[in-house]
Amino acid sequence: MRRALLIALPYVWLLVLFLVPFLIVLKISLSDTELAIPPYTPTLDLTQGWAGIKDFFSQLDFENFVWLTEDDLYWKAYLSSVKIAVISTFFTLLVGYPIAYGMARAPEEWRPTLMMLVILPFWTSFLIRVYAWMGILSNEGYLNQLLLWTGIISNPLTILNTQTAVYIGIVYTYLPFMILPIYSALERMDGSLIEAAEDLGCSRAQAFWLVTVPLSRPGIIAGCFLVMIPVIGEFVIPSLLGGSGTLMIGKVLWEEFFSNRDWPVASAVAVVLLLILIIPIVLFQRNQQKQTEADQ
Amino acid sequence: MKKTTLMLTAIAALGTSAAFAEEVRVYNWSDYIDEDLLTKFEEETGLTLIYDVFDSNEVLETKMLAGGSGYDVVVPSGTFLQRQISAGAFQPLDNAQLSNAGNLWDVIQDRTAGYDPDNAYSINYMWGTTGIGVNVGKVQEVLGADAPLNSMELVLNPENMEKLASCGVHFLDAPSEIIPMVLQYLGEDPDSHDTDVIGKTEEVLTAVRPHIQKFHSSEYINALANGDICVAVGWSGDILQARDRAAEAENGVEIEYHPFAEGSLMWFDQMAIPVDAPNPEGAHKFLNFILDANNMAAASNYVYYANGNKASQEFLEEDVIGDPAIYPDDATMQNLYITTPYPQKTQRVVTRLWTKIKSGT
Repeated sequence: MRRALLIALPYVWLLVLFLVPFLIVLKISLSDTELAIPPYTPTLDLTQGWAGIKDFFSQLDFENFVWLTEDDLYWKAYLSSVKIAVISTFFTLLVGYPIAYGMARAPEEWRPTLMMLVILPFWTSFLIRVYAWMGILSNEGYLNQLLLWTGIISNPLTILNTQTAVYIGIVYTYLPFMILPIYSALERMDGSLIEAAEDLGCSRAQAFWLVTVPLSRPGIIAGCFLVMIPVIGEFVIPSLLGGSGTLMIGKVLWEEFFSNRDWPVASAVAVVLLLILIIPIVLFQRNQQKQTEADQ
Repeated sequence: MKKTTLMLTAIAALGTSAAFAEEVRVYNWSDYIDEDLLTKFEEETGLTLIYDVFDSNEVLETKMLAGGSGYDVVVPSGTFLQRQISAGAFQPLDNAQLSNAGNLWDVIQDRTAGYDPDNAYSINYMWGTTGIGVNVGKVQEVLGADAPLNSMELVLNPENMEKLASCGVHFLDAPSEIIPMVLQYLGEDPDSHDTDVIGKTEEVLTAVRPHIQKFHSSEYINALANGDICVAVGWSGDILQARDRAAEAENGVEIEYHPFAEGSLMWFDQMAIPVDAPNPEGAHKFLNFILDANNMAAASNYVYYANGNKASQEFLEEDVIGDPAIYPDDATMQNLYITTPYPQKTQRVVTRLWTKIKSGT
C-alpha cells in the first residue's frame, strides 16, 4: 500500500502540473477566437455531455495548426530559437566546464564553499540579475566606462539590445545548470585513473582529453540538456537584453497572445513548441537511463 | 527601477486573486501621475491604494479579456476601450457616485463618445498627441540648422535617418500608432482598415528600419533625457517629461516636442472599471478623486499631458495650459486625426507586418 502511494506521488505531480495544463492549452488551440471574456469560443462543450464531445470531434479542423504552416514566421522563429539555444549551450559549456573542473580539483574542505558560491546568485531574483546586466552592457554602462577608462576602445561598444547581449544573459543565467552536473560527474571520478594514465606515458593534456573528458561525459550531456531545453522557450532574456530584431518563438507566442488577442493560435504555437522540446527531453531521459544502468 | 516593477506586475498580475474590500487596485500607464496624489487619496478616503503600471495597451487588453485581473480601475486608450466594451469587459459608471463629473470638458467628451457612446463606461484621464521628440543640438549637428524638426520627413526619409542613426532613434512599439502615422505621410487615410493600403507602409518602414535603434514605448523618456538618443517618435507628455528631466539634470541636453506638421494622431486615455472589479465602490471613489479639479490639475502639471477636465484648467500652470504642444491651438487641432479599432483580420495583418518590419521575417 505504502509502496503504491509512493509510486503514485510523482504521477499525481505530473498529472496536475503538466498534463492538465497541457490539455487546457490543447483545448484552446482547437477553438476559435471571439471578442469576449475569455477571447475564444469553446468548441468542446462538456456541459452538453456526450453530444458536446461528438460535436467537438465532428468539427475538429486543426485550422490553427494549419495556419502555422502557412506563414514562414513560425518556422523561422522555431529555428532561430533552436540556433540561439545551441550556440548559448556551447558557450555555457565552454565557461562552465573549467569552473566545474576547478571545483572538483579543489581541496575537499573548500568544495562546499565553492558550491555555495555557484548557487548563491539564485538567492537574488532572476529579473533583477538580468536588469543588472542592462546596467553593465548599456552604452553608458559599467563595461563601456571601464573599457573607455583603460583606453582599450575610444567609442562605446553597442552591446545592449543586440544578439551578443542575449548570449551573455543566457550564459550567465544558466551557468549553474551546466556546472552542477559536470561537477558531480567529475567529483566521483577516481583520481588514481589520471595517475595511471600519466604513469603509462600520457601527458597531462592527453590524460585530460582521454580520461577526464570521457568520464565526465554524462555530466556534460545532462548539463547541455538542462541549459538547452529551457533556453529554446526563453522569453524574458531576449525581450530585456535583445533588440527588436531578435526572433525567438517565446516572443512570437507573446505577440499572438497580446497583440493579436489570438489565444487559439498562441496555444497552437505552444503545443508545437512542446512537441519540439519532447525530442531532446526523450534523448535526455534515455541518456540518464543508460547512465543508471551503467552505474549498476 | 520603474521597469522592474512593470515586469514584476506583469508577471504577478497573472496570479492576482480577489482583493480585500478596503483596497483599491489601480492599473495605470507608467510615468503617468504625480505620486503625491496617491498618498493624498489614501489620506482622504482611508482606503489602501495599490498602484501598478503598464506601458502597452496590449498587455492591459490581454488582462481584461482573460478576466479576473483583480483591478478596480484601468486606463485603456480610446480604440482599445471601444473593443473591450464590446467584449463586455467593463461595468457602466454610476454617476450618483461621481459628484465631480460636472468638471468634465464637453469638447473632449464629444470626442471620446466616439469610442464610448454617451461616455457610459469611462471618464477621460488624459489626452495627447503622438509626435516627435528631438535633441535639438544633436539633430542640428547631424543634419544642419535647417533640419525639419516637426516633420515626418525627419523620421521617415531614409536620407535623414541614415545620418540620425549615429546619434540614436527610437520608435514607439505600437503598430496602432505608427501605421496610421505612415499612412498619413503617404497621403492615405490614417484610419484605413484596408489591408492593401496598410501594406503600403511596409516599404517606407523597411527603408528606415536599419536606422532605428529600438522599438520601445517607455525607455525613450530616459534615453532622450540622458542624451543616449537624439530622436524619438513618442507621446507628447512623455517627451515633455524627458525635456524636464534633462533640464533638471543640467546635462546640456535640450529636448523639444513637436506634433507632426503633416498631422498627428490624437488619443485619449480613459479610466474605466472592469466588470469583475473586486471593489467597484472604491473604484468610483478613485474616479471621483481624479475628477476633482485640483487633483486633475496637479496630475497634468506633473506629467505634461492635457486632461479632459474643464474645471481643472484654472489650476494649470502656464507652461502646461499655455504650451500649444500640450493644449494645441485651433490650427493644430484641425490637423489632428483619430483612429478606430482594427477588426480581428486587419489586426492580424498589422501585427504580422509589424513583426516583419521589426525582425525582418
